[in-house]
Amino acid sequence: MSFLRLLYVGWLFNLKNLTLSGFFIIVSVISPVVFASMAFLMFRAGARPGSLLFVAIGAGMMGIWSSTLFGSGGAIQWQRWQGTLEYSIAAPPPFIWVVLPLTIATATIGLYSLTSTLLWGWLFFDVPLELAHPGWFVLALPIAVLSLGLLGLVLAATFVLYRHANALGNLLEYPIWLVTGLLTGLALLPGWTHPISWVLAPTWGVKALRESALGGDPGFAILMSAGLGLVYLVIGHFCLQYFERLAREKATLALT
Amino acid sequence: MTVSLRIFFIGGLTAYRGLINWLSPWIFFPTLIIAPIFQILLFVFIGRSAGTESDEFYVIGNAVQYASIPCLFSMTHAIAGERYQGTLTYILVTPAGRLPLFLGRALPVIVNAMFVSAFSLLVSALLLGIDIPVSAWGPIALVIFVSAFSCTGLGLVCAGIGLRVRETAVLNNVLFGLLLVFTGANIPLEQMPGWMEAIAVRVPLTHGIQAARDLAEGASLGSVAGLIATEAVIGAVYVFLGYQLLLFMERESRKRASLEVA
Repeated sequence: MSFLRLLYVGWLFNLKNLTLSGFFIIVSVISPVVFASMAFLMFRAGARPGSLLFVAIGAGMMGIWSSTLFGSGGAIQWQRWQGTLEYSIAAPPPFIWVVLPLTIATATIGLYSLTSTLLWGWLFFDVPLELAHPGWFVLALPIAVLSLGLLGLVLAATFVLYRHANALGNLLEYPIWLVTGLLTGLALLPGWTHPISWVLAPTWGVKALRESALGGDPGFAILMSAGLGLVYLVIGHFCLQYFERLAREKATLALT
Repeated sequence: MTVSLRIFFIGGLTAYRGLINWLSPWIFFPTLIIAPIFQILLFVFIGRSAGTESDEFYVIGNAVQYASIPCLFSMTHAIAGERYQGTLTYILVTPAGRLPLFLGRALPVIVNAMFVSAFSLLVSALLLGIDIPVSAWGPIALVIFVSAFSCTGLGLVCAGIGLRVRETAVLNNVLFGLLLVFTGANIPLEQMPGWMEAIAVRVPLTHGIQAARDLAEGASLGSVAGLIATEAVIGAVYVFLGYQLLLFMERESRKRASLEVA
């Protein structure tokens, strides 16, 4: 029970903390709106207009990925810079319970993206905000966010070995947007990219949201999102354990 | 004269090397080599998905537009970054002429931006099988140089703002996004609403992108001279504005004792 309380309080604290960061607001609101606007204009002018709601949801998911990538990827590094990493690790709860609320909070911040792209599209591009399966949508959204937050745990645990975590974030932002088909769909991408997309949470998250909003059967995508989240949790747990042990053994917690 | 030239060339390069940590390959490679190629690929696939323009349209547009990352971020940091190092006061107390002091830092920025832009254009053209005539590469290099100069002018304006505002990274990110929309890198100018087009023709890179596209289509250098000249004039205006803003901010910060406050 106390772990659940820690999870909730940590999540809320980090959510408020991140909301005050200008950088995160840019990443999660303005940047997705810019990409959504371009995509709206491109699809509207193109020979295959498609659904603008498809684009708005994809652009929103782009923002969720970006905030998870930069927030979770730099989570441990920031704690190191702030001098709080030692205290977090020395605290009685397992370290994973300290990091997990932060990574989930970074994904939750991404909800600003989805909200802003949907509202932006509705206000300026006449995107209809009618959901085919509102119930599924309400279920798919938190599962997608949770799944990305758990992927963030893996990022947090592995990026720590890389001194320039932000640069690694820059490296992974566009490729994941592309390979998970957030704005383009997967059908146009080369076949060899599909297996990569299957192990990435944004693929199933956006698929679940789109099938809930546009019609279809989102059940499988929601299940995949949840299943992948559990896999990320296990991987993140072992990575963090390994990192913590290594750092204690070599006394490199504040230095590496 | 010799002192000014030394400040311009040697001082500019030294300051750039000291302040821009992007020169580390661990940052340079992912941020300025890999990321632009994936930006290009992303827009190529969005374009294919929407059935709008050709691959070449997006490759050239985004390769030239990506010069804005080094131009904006490096130029801002090459001046405003002095504050983070605690050296801004020492720089501004020197009797060095402000023109070579500030503009000398712009030269390495332009060279770097040219490399980033040209490399991403070359690699993505090879990846996507885009046929740009060999004879066009020289003129395109000139266009990239003028575009980088022009965008560095905007970077100089940001540097001026950076002497007063703390969140320069946020400012640069916003400008990067706006340039992505307004330069016509991904949306043809004629498809933009009138108010967007009016902005587009007044920002850096728009005319450079258009000139590079025309050259890749086989146009002669002479036929795009007007576009290149317009890009250069826009760049000169931004450089002038940026330089004046830097002088103004310096004066204000001395008056208000606010140099280290922002």
